[in-house]
Amino acid sequence: MTQTTGKLLGWILGTALAIGFVVVMGQLAIGPAAQSMVPAPATSAGLTEVLFYVLAGVTIAGAAGVALSHNILYSAIGLLMALLGAGSLYVFLSADFLAVAQLLIYIGGVLVLVLFAVMLTNRITEITVSNTSLGLWGGLMLFVAVAPVLLAVALVTPWATITPAAAAHTTETIGDALLSRWLLPFEVASLVLLASLVGAVAIARKEIKAD
Amino acid sequence: MVPVQWYLLLAAVLFGVGLVGVLIKRNALIVMMCIELMLNAANLTFLAFARQQGNIGGHAIAFFVIAVAAAEAAVGLAIVIAIYRTTGSVNVDDVRELREEG
Repeated sequence: MTQTTGKLLGWILGTALAIGFVVVMGQLAIGPAAQSMVPAPATSAGLTEVLFYVLAGVTIAGAAGVALSHNILYSAIGLLMALLGAGSLYVFLSADFLAVAQLLIYIGGVLVLVLFAVMLTNRITEITVSNTSLGLWGGLMLFVAVAPVLLAVALVTPWATITPAAAAHTTETIGDALLSRWLLPFEVASLVLLASLVGAVAIARKEIKAD
Repeated sequence: MVPVQWYLLLAAVLFGVGLVGVLIKRNALIVMMCIELMLNAANLTFLAFARQQGNIGGHAIAFFVIAVAAAEAAVGLAIVIAIYRTTGSVNVDDVRELREEG
């Protein structure tokens, strides 16, 4: 009982630490930089930012659940949370078409596929046996080594900012772009999908001997 | 409007978590989930820059990333199931038949 409580406390603490880390880093480095670069419209600061914080928290908590959970089903649920959070953030980036694509392809397709593979490869009663993890300290050190570098690049680089356009419907422009500027990659992607479809069936089917 | 740096921060943390998951988890399925996380982080970065620059190219590339991720998931999960059927395990450390001895 105490162990469960301790574990729960650890999870809550870890999530709070992660969110606090992001918020503090952002406040620290963005505060002066962003105000000098963009004259922030003070009117739209309220709801959008709060929603961004909530969705970012959901995304990071889900990602931490994927990477750290001991139960593979919890990992799948964490992946669902992370994908949902990221997909909702696409809406804020005025990428409505990609948000829908994320919902359909990732959550409707990839996640269901992953869940099927979980069900097929793990006996549910032996979940903890099938999900060992290497040392957490090594992973933590790796995180400490990688994330601050990316954060520093994101914060220090003076990104050339233009005033972002208001949210518009992007589906039509994406369709035009895919069939003009990005036509060759579009066709190659369709070939990749076809090849992966055939390959997946060929790999996963059972061999039936003729004799 | 949330500035672009916030999205880059979120994407960096997401990528870091995914990388850690790939390295510390030994279950092939969770390794693949963490790869999906890293691809999502890249997508978030693409879209943040696309909004910032007013450029539709980021959307197109993110679309391709989603397509490639779907293909990767299909083939990868097929391989995982084939390995499970052969060896009875999905631990990535157990799959080393092709490795040189020593």
